[in-house]
Amino acid sequence: MNADTLAFRTCPTTGLKVHRPAEVLIQINAVTAIVFLLVGGIMGLFMALTRWQTVHLLNEEWFYRLLTLHGIAMLVAWIIFFEMAILYFASAILLNSRLAAPWAGWVQYVLMLVGGAIVTVEVLMGRADVMFTSYVPLAASHWYYLGIILFAVGAIVGCVVFFATLMVAKHEKTYEGSVPLVTFGAAAAAIIAIITLAHGAITFVPTWLWALGLIPMMDAEVYRLLFWGFGHSSQQINVCAMVSVWYLLGTLTTGSKPINEKVSRSAFALYILFICIASEHHLLVDPGLSAAHKTWNTGYFMHLAVLASMIHAYSVPAAVEVALRKKGYTKGLFEWLKKAPWGDPAFSSLALSLVGFGFLGGISGVVYGTEQLNIISHNTLRIPGHFHATVVAGTTLAFMGVTYYVLPLIFRREVAFKGIAKWQPYVYGLSLYAFCTAMMFAGGFGVSRRQWDMTGVDAPFQVNFGPVVDLTMAVVGISGVLCVVGGAMYVLVAVGTLLVGKKINA
Amino acid sequence: MSISSPDRNWWDTPVHKEERLWIILALTWSILLTLAMPWWHVTGEQNTSQAYSKMTAVEFDKATDRFIDKYKVGEEQGTPVVAPPADSDIYLRARQFSWDPILKLKANSSYKLHLSSGDVNHGFSVFPININFEVVPGWDNLLVVTPTKAGEYTIICNEFCGIGHHTMIGKIYVES
Ligand SMILES: [Cu+2]
Repeated sequence: MNADTLAFRTCPTTGLKVHRPAEVLIQINAVTAIVFLLVGGIMGLFMALTRWQTVHLLNEEWFYRLLTLHGIAMLVAWIIFFEMAILYFASAILLNSRLAAPWAGWVQYVLMLVGGAIVTVEVLMGRADVMFTSYVPLAASHWYYLGIILFAVGAIVGCVVFFATLMVAKHEKTYEGSVPLVTFGAAAAAIIAIITLAHGAITFVPTWLWALGLIPMMDAEVYRLLFWGFGHSSQQINVCAMVSVWYLLGTLTTGSKPINEKVSRSAFALYILFICIASEHHLLVDPGLSAAHKTWNTGYFMHLAVLASMIHAYSVPAAVEVALRKKGYTKGLFEWLKKAPWGDPAFSSLALSLVGFGFLGGISGVVYGTEQLNIISHNTLRIPGHFHATVVAGTTLAFMGVTYYVLPLIFRREVAFKGIAKWQPYVYGLSLYAFCTAMMFAGGFGVSRRQWDMTGVDAPFQVNFGPVVDLTMAVVGISGVLCVVGGAMYVLVAVGTLLVGKKINA
Repeated sequence: MSISSPDRNWWDTPVHKEERLWIILALTWSILLTLAMPWWHVTGEQNTSQAYSKMTAVEFDKATDRFIDKYKVGEEQGTPVVAPPADSDIYLRARQFSWDPILKLKANSSYKLHLSSGDVNHGFSVFPININFEVVPGWDNLLVVTPTKAGEYTIICNEFCGIGHHTMIGKIYVES
């Protein structure tokens, strides 16, 4: 046996050549992602049980502390670790190639793990009660900023390994013609990631030096502008990765083929060109930028990225419809929809992710990102209502769905607890729909986000939102708990499969 | 398939007419949305102000203290109550964890409201009408306001500003 055959195995299901070092990196990044999802989920349970005013579980200090950790564990650690797994999968595995430099992949993993661990410890020790945004002059310990920087550098290394692998695959001719659509979408996500992480560096490196006492603090409004160049764009990595996963899920669950490669790829190109620019919709009611500037930034360009999302929102379900009609489900307009594999958790995840992201998340985002409507939305619960629909019902649910195929294909184990797996996307997705809708509704009455208590307890003046809002906040709490149940079902299936799932032999 | 390389001529594959129709509709909608924002800005009556300026915390403190001295009419819960005349410059100072002074305004009169912070970022949110603006240290976020309805309004801080954030609640009175 030569080294080449040792380094590769052939996947019995897809016939793809699987590079073993790439496979190990996919596994370790995915498992770490799920660990952070578990941590963030426990924090989420505390959040739901505290904002549910009748329960009001945590005290104020721990509420803000764990809310900071909830944001970082979910929005940063879970999603970006999982995206690293997706990048290695979309490059090495889908292109039948070796991973360019597995050692660099390990540098990515160790840097992100160490960075993530430092941030987690600093937050739990009470040295970084600053929320996910850490707006200056609110200060965290310098270790906190260093942790974020290490994590971001690790993610950049992962992107570089991805692009290097694309070059290796092209050079070694492991595939013919153009790269697959999923790889193309992942490449778009990686380009956006590099733009994002550059913003992260110019935000956090000076902030870190400030925390060390080496340089003066940057202007608070400049920080907000730079931060959202990072914070907003990082959500666009997720959008782009999620859409790639939508195409992947369509193919894995129904055998669908993109209806027009040119259209889908052009839409990804629109993301690269326009999606990062709209970040000023976080600053619509700030001082420092003119209304003309903000309107141009959030309006004109964002809508070309919205156009891209609307194109994907057509081509993904259309491709699924064509695939199912080819299987003979051609009666009437909707037989294909009725006969779709609704019992396959990967398919139901795809459907619930698409609807949740598009209708709840996308539409609310465009509405709240409008100058005048932002005045009645900024920093109210409408905003977390919106982004839990995009990032959780959209991205997280799509990533959960693809896990049901990653387990047999990459971990080579049959999915355990099939009955739980079948219902998991419904419990998680539908409770998220209720959770997001209730938050947006409460936000419409002006209920604030990131607030331990909304009644004015301990304050000089009391606030009475009235029974409708109290009821809505109870719905937020109850549906939030149900989301955590759905998330726990996912972790149970994933961990259960790794421990007791039947091994699949090649 | 989306996981394998496409046909060689993928760029030349014509776009199906239904998909083309969808793209045209989506593009039209995007352009309409794009035009809506400037349109509302010109024709609407609820806009953000563009009259912000840089202002240090020290300068803002001085201006606020002068304003309070000039128009103070009383005190409530230890916070001065101030009744400025119509069309004047009025100041509201955000600090961990208070809003001062308490403003007493006249309905249907205009005021130039200066908002700034002496420490970290805060959020200016008026209950129950749900109007929200960001308050940033080093910046004077100037809003031209015309209260239209008499009553009692509460100011809630809705930007996290520290562990006592939830106690940061102020007051505005509007008299007819
Ligand atoms: Cu505050």
